[in-house]
Amino acid sequence: MTYIVKPKNHHPLLEKNKLGLTRRDYEGAVSTLCAGCGHDSVSSAIVEACFQLSIESYKVAKLSGIGCSSKAPAYFLNQSHGFNSVHGRMPSIATGAAMANHELTYLGISGDGDTASIGIGQFVHCARRQLNMTYIVENNGTYGLTKGQFSATNDLESKSKYGDDNLFPSIDLPSMAIQLGASFVARSFSGDREQLVPLLKAALSHKGFSFLDIISPCVTFNNHKTSTKSYDYIREHNDALSKPDFVPMGKEIVTEYPSGSSIEVPLHDGSLLALEKLSKDYDPADKIQAIQNIQESQRDGKVLTGLLYADPKAKDLREILNISDKPLNSMGKNELCPGADKLEGINSGLR
Amino acid sequence: MSKINSVNDFVIKFANVNGSGSASANQMFAKGVFRSGIPVSPKNIFPSNIQGLPTWFEVRVNEKGYLGRREGIDISVAMNPQSYQKDVTELKENGYLIYDSSWKREFGRDDINVLEIPLTKLCVQEFTNPKQRLLFKNLGYVGLLASILEMDKDIYISLIEEQFKGKEKLIEPNVKALNIGYNYAEENFKDYCEIKVKKSDKTDGLILTSGNDAAGLGCVYGGATVCAWYPITPSTSLAESFSKYSEKLRVEIGTDKNKFAFIQAEDELAAMGMTIGANWNGARAFTATSGPGVSLMSEFIGLAYFAEVPTVLFNVQRGGPSTGMPTRTQQSDILCSAYASHGDTKHVLLIPSDPKECFDFAVEAFDLADKLQTPVIVLLDLDLGMNDWSTKEFEWDDSNQYDRGKVLSKEDLDGIERFGRYLDVDGDGIPYRTYPGTHPEKGAYFTRGTSHDEYAGYTEDGVKNAEMLTRLLKKFQTASSLVPAPVFNQEKNGSSMGIIYFGSTDCSMQEALDVLDEQNLKIDAMRIRAFPFNLEVWEFIEDHDLLFIVEQNRDGQMRTLIMAEGGIIPDKLVSILCFDGQPITAKHITNKINTHISGKPAIAMS
Repeated sequence: MTYIVKPKNHHPLLEKNKLGLTRRDYEGAVSTLCAGCGHDSVSSAIVEACFQLSIESYKVAKLSGIGCSSKAPAYFLNQSHGFNSVHGRMPSIATGAAMANHELTYLGISGDGDTASIGIGQFVHCARRQLNMTYIVENNGTYGLTKGQFSATNDLESKSKYGDDNLFPSIDLPSMAIQLGASFVARSFSGDREQLVPLLKAALSHKGFSFLDIISPCVTFNNHKTSTKSYDYIREHNDALSKPDFVPMGKEIVTEYPSGSSIEVPLHDGSLLALEKLSKDYDPADKIQAIQNIQESQRDGKVLTGLLYADPKAKDLREILNISDKPLNSMGKNELCPGADKLEGINSGLR
Repeated sequence: MSKINSVNDFVIKFANVNGSGSASANQMFAKGVFRSGIPVSPKNIFPSNIQGLPTWFEVRVNEKGYLGRREGIDISVAMNPQSYQKDVTELKENGYLIYDSSWKREFGRDDINVLEIPLTKLCVQEFTNPKQRLLFKNLGYVGLLASILEMDKDIYISLIEEQFKGKEKLIEPNVKALNIGYNYAEENFKDYCEIKVKKSDKTDGLILTSGNDAAGLGCVYGGATVCAWYPITPSTSLAESFSKYSEKLRVEIGTDKNKFAFIQAEDELAAMGMTIGANWNGARAFTATSGPGVSLMSEFIGLAYFAEVPTVLFNVQRGGPSTGMPTRTQQSDILCSAYASHGDTKHVLLIPSDPKECFDFAVEAFDLADKLQTPVIVLLDLDLGMNDWSTKEFEWDDSNQYDRGKVLSKEDLDGIERFGRYLDVDGDGIPYRTYPGTHPEKGAYFTRGTSHDEYAGYTEDGVKNAEMLTRLLKKFQTASSLVPAPVFNQEKNGSSMGIIYFGSTDCSMQEALDVLDEQNLKIDAMRIRAFPFNLEVWEFIEDHDLLFIVEQNRDGQMRTLIMAEGGIIPDKLVSILCFDGQPITAKHITNKINTHISGKPAIAMS
């Protein structure tokens, strides 16, 4: 993971957020990914979302596995602790970290190889446990870092750059996530910043497992004519369910959609995701409908994007396990050690 | 017919069908003897199966406190016709065979004493519920034993009362079952058996518990808040012990919320990942597993080693290789634990020898992991982990503090110009770390398994990477002065020969050393308690011309570790091995030593 530190000189008139920080304060090192890589757009959208939400970077933990996508955390949020773990195992690191301190925001960046192949078990169980985190898959259908092998999300009809046929059907991660119990599931496109930023903001504000499948083309190995994950293909086949607008807590809703065409998803922290319906059968609260929409869109050769499913009231792992409101990592001996008297009682019970 | 005659010194073996509820009755028998003041070492020899296969439960009763396994059975409680043949064969001459004579049998041995009790018939007469008829046979033979061994029956009645506290309705039928056997024996076998249990005071200061239970409790006392684990025999009960004690001792008053997280992971990889994630974020976290789990966790263990994340892992060893013998004991993960993971890695091992030490080392493991910022592996084995041992009472000094190692606070960071996660500031090889969320502008870094420089930045500079690996070696050197020192069985080295041993073989070693002493064979002995080996270990090896190394594996793994780490010549180190899945006996050890001294090499097991 090569990285280059950026110079710290800021333009004096840069826009500032509630914390008095500029977008530059949310950036990371200079990316070493290929020029035009979708992942860089995702990093930039993360910077924008965190800037707009006035997130304190040092209260974010950014975690990843291995692969091109997993390098990305180096390229945003310089003041956050990062954990570049082992291939496919980011979810377990995130789970342990979140158990230690639930007060941080956990942002996991993974790829299609990292999630849909080697790490599918951990992805499945992390979703099922409702871990309070935002889990992003930067999905390009290929193994970039090892030079262009098919990944498990590559569509059956999508040939490789070298003309090889893909022999196996693709895994649809959002359908899986919904079925597994993830309480916020969306798909977006790295090239659609207008859709992506509000979805990211909503995902980061949602309490529970937020899953974002972001089609993020690989310019080097999977951006050719016969690919279904190329920029051109996604632009042509993007089937957006809704137009999202994130409304922060306490702000008045100013988005005006024609009556009957808008849906509001209230989030845990008091903010709101306002959605302009672009499809008549769209109800993000309906799990079965959500899966059906994905299937139908797939059948019609389209790529369904937008918020697919959300259950803002779902319990998260910490609530399910009834863990203290005080972070476990902040407890000292006095709170944790039962002491000598209690031990004497235990000894008596073992005689 | 002659009869074995002894007081407070015998081995009794129960043969049952697994899944028939016999283990808790057998456990109760052992506890009754313990409460009579005589140390016991019950050993459950069970199949990897839930119901229907033969299972055995061996209890050694020994007033001198020898708790190792001993060959030869004095009393056999044969409750499983499937295994009669084997059970009768194992019984010593003049021993006692107790069996369910509802179906009469001839056993073809005229040198044993057979006690017949029609347990099934008696239980069918007394109970109507089919489940109870089956279950209560077990308490029936416990009652019979209490009578023939002339034990205080009230001890068993109190044990039943304690067991069913809160479910009082069950006390009466259980006591009734006990009496079925007791009364039958009083009428039929009065003064028949010449083995007796006589009240003593040799269990003063002792408790009866298992290593897994003790280690789980030690994790609670050591301040662990996160346990992520995956079920695997024989480590499961360690994680469950943590959960059990946490539910009693770690619930917030007022909110009823837990001051712990107990997560059953989807596999051992995830269990280790969660443990590392939690430790990275400043909680004390651990996982418990056995050999196959260690194999799966190896990639992550290497990450924790290289990224320097404190991690505590309990490896309750079982019979290997591969799936091996999941319900039998071995000490065969020494090397795979010491060097777990690819690349140059070495890990701190703690090796307790009894449940008390399991408790102490569990507490110690968290301090060491935090101080050293590295994985600490506590090595138990099935015998120590799952069986109840007569062990010293747990102790705790309320003035003990948790040592969280070199962690920088916000104030610390304010006073530092540039934080370097992997800078060796103090020259001991141990750098400083920060928890996420500590400081708005300082202390953030990237934890990674890729090669990195002192500031945690990625580097492909080979010299830098070599420097980092060298510093890790220095840290390991520091570890050797922090880990528990060995225990010696002599005032000072007086013999040219020494014995090295470790872990659960301690109990058989104590007995073996006494036997050798009686034979006027003075041999010094050292029990290794940790890896890396500290100076005293090397001095002991240096001071002796010949060393026996007792271990429960095929390849002499501890011997290999000593040779590899200390450059010790192989000829000086003689293996005494046992790897049949049973705990080593004192006799096995003394035989091998005697054989070697008389000129035959003692390398192979019997």
